[in-house]
Amino acid sequence: MKTFSIGGIHPKENKFSAGKKIIEMTLPQQVVIPLAHYIGAPSEAIVKKGDLVKAGQLIGKANGFISANVHSSVSGKVNKIDVQLDASGYKRPSVFIDVEGDEWMENIDRSSTIIRECLLPKEEILKKIQNAGIVGLGGATFPAHVKLSPPSGKKANVLIINAVECEPYLTCDHQLMLEKGEEIIVGITIIMKVLDVKRAVIGIENNKPDAIAHLSKIASQYKGIEVVALKVQYPQGGEKQLIDAVIGRQVPSAALPIEVGAVVQNVGTTFAIYEAVQKNKPLFERVMTVTGKSAAQPSNYRVRIGTLLSEVVTLAGGVPEGTGKIIGGGPMMGRSLMNLNVPMAKGSAGILFMPNEESVRKPMKNCIRCTKCVTVCPMGLEPFLLMNQSERNMWPEMEKERVMDCIECGSCSYTCPSNRPLLDYIRYGKTTVGGIIRSRAVKK
Amino acid sequence: MDKLIISPAPHIHGGDSVSKNMTGVIIALVPALLVGFYFFGLGALIVTLTAVVSCVLFEYLIQRFLLKGETTIMDGSAALTGLLLALNLPSNIPVWMIIAGSLVAIGIAKMTFGGLGNNPFNPALVGRVFMLISFPVEMTSWPRPVPFSTAYLDAETAATPLAMMKGHFGELPDTLNLFLGNMGGSMGEVSAIAILIGLAYLLYKKIISWHIPVSILATVFIFTAILNWIHPEAYASPVAHLFTGGLMLGAVFMATDYVTSPMNTRGMLVYGVGIGIITVLIRVFGAYPEGVSFAILIMNAFTPLINTYIKPKRFGEKRK
Repeated sequence: MKTFSIGGIHPKENKFSAGKKIIEMTLPQQVVIPLAHYIGAPSEAIVKKGDLVKAGQLIGKANGFISANVHSSVSGKVNKIDVQLDASGYKRPSVFIDVEGDEWMENIDRSSTIIRECLLPKEEILKKIQNAGIVGLGGATFPAHVKLSPPSGKKANVLIINAVECEPYLTCDHQLMLEKGEEIIVGITIIMKVLDVKRAVIGIENNKPDAIAHLSKIASQYKGIEVVALKVQYPQGGEKQLIDAVIGRQVPSAALPIEVGAVVQNVGTTFAIYEAVQKNKPLFERVMTVTGKSAAQPSNYRVRIGTLLSEVVTLAGGVPEGTGKIIGGGPMMGRSLMNLNVPMAKGSAGILFMPNEESVRKPMKNCIRCTKCVTVCPMGLEPFLLMNQSERNMWPEMEKERVMDCIECGSCSYTCPSNRPLLDYIRYGKTTVGGIIRSRAVKK
Repeated sequence: MDKLIISPAPHIHGGDSVSKNMTGVIIALVPALLVGFYFFGLGALIVTLTAVVSCVLFEYLIQRFLLKGETTIMDGSAALTGLLLALNLPSNIPVWMIIAGSLVAIGIAKMTFGGLGNNPFNPALVGRVFMLISFPVEMTSWPRPVPFSTAYLDAETAATPLAMMKGHFGELPDTLNLFLGNMGGSMGEVSAIAILIGLAYLLYKKIISWHIPVSILATVFIFTAILNWIHPEAYASPVAHLFTGGLMLGAVFMATDYVTSPMNTRGMLVYGVGIGIITVLIRVFGAYPEGVSFAILIMNAFTPLINTYIKPKRFGEKRK
């Protein structure tokens, strides 16, 4: 069975919410919609205090190329525009809206009929995706229309759909595939049209046999779309790892996937693209998993963007007894939250409760040079060496050892028998070296 | 939920630990240890206990009273060093020599460099080579294997097959006896089969990878096969070389020491081939009948160089 060729780990999957039907989250009293998601310039507010808005109405206009539109996720009255701490720990300009009823923009098709045909020319499709404010829902929240417009001279020949969901605990993509399989496949045909490619491959890890079977069955009715079952291995959802696993091509250091003729989109993003193009629905809600070993009812929820996480948690049965850490996202790459009064953003894939005993790191010991971090590194780096260099501020050396290739998957720290915080130091070094590289580029 | 813990990702750990790895190696040594007890009886027991206890005790004393810091004897690495040292000794060696060897192994080879993880040379081998040079007679008169022997210092000695090869005297034991370990030698090195069982366990538990042991054994086999093919009268067969002396024990347990071996599989292959070549050169052309310990220590010295120049296969590196 296919998988990526270098490194990788297999943490306990703990997918407690697998197979749980997506529950519609009840509307909150107020939403706080950040005008900036994790990547790109913040969008510009085009509503003001007291304005009445409908769900799907544009409230923040994209500001620059790598930026995305923001839409209201509810109907109601704009209460204020203010800064708000978000799940990543940054203060973001946000629009506060008091919810009144649930009125959507008139042009949004709220029916569940599947529209398979898409006759629009590709420029228009791209425009619709851009207008709908779609960003990568896998977590990086990179604007989708940018990814779908390869730089001139570069041409994609394969579209890869990331349905790996390699993070332990998370199941939102899995459930979406089971419930919205056909819509996802139509979304793929739309992206294929935009990119002008004849082939699309959906990569799914084989711990989701039902999703593999379901999507294979639907895909067989379409030309050029295939499903590839992948061996369960973290971090297979990493873009470079997935391309390697699915088509056996390795994207060189510092290059983009288009270099090897591939474009990757997350399966949730693909569904959002379907809704935007075929149903005129901007991205203002998404599926997220609320889970944990002691969670009352690990489940998948459809939540409006801007809903405070505390409200989602209340609906899901509250914070379980003995919780020491709450993570926004998965346990390998998610961020630990300071509190739950932060809004749900476009990239929020899950809320995970960690019990006390798993929340505190074990004390660090001497490196015993066991090479396990080198063996598991999916980029072929030497984490032990990078950590040593980072401790000693050896930035030029770190650059030479390819610190910028690190995808921050955390496999090294996860594996280390001496509990060394390898990734913490590498991340620190990567940030510093990244700054040095940028300032060098400016000087030139 | 009064207080939430904040820390960077990843938020889970695989549960591996230093002591799990050390315990794993100790478990892998059990077959070799049992064979040692069988063939060399009481002497083997005394040697093992002395080495393990003195290594752990020296580590404790140094950390407690010289360094005045935390003690790490519970991680199992000092016990493992003692065990490896014992397995590399003839089982009729006096207790005080073992204690001296343990002091050199732990005190000089390990603690002076900063303890576990910082030592450039394999501590057990440094201890053994110190003893070999200081007590050449005692270190090279091995007892004859007698099942469940109760002899210790008074054990009847026998020449090892390697000494026979070197001096062209005596008759080599047949291959089966070489394989099982029914021959003179250090208590842990005689039985190839016991060591190979240990190797299988280490590989199964993913404590080590195959690269170092396989490259050493393959190099010795090929090198001695060529010599044997050129001049069968003068040079012993490759099979005899594989199953005699400390080669098996060295390739599986000594050369694979985490701290002193290279940090990626490409480097490990270079290191293994180096050990194989040096071992054969010493055995065939050198003054000593056995050269595994020296070969490993010499390649230990090259490990930092190997780590600097041989890098793991990077993702996206051009395939040749």
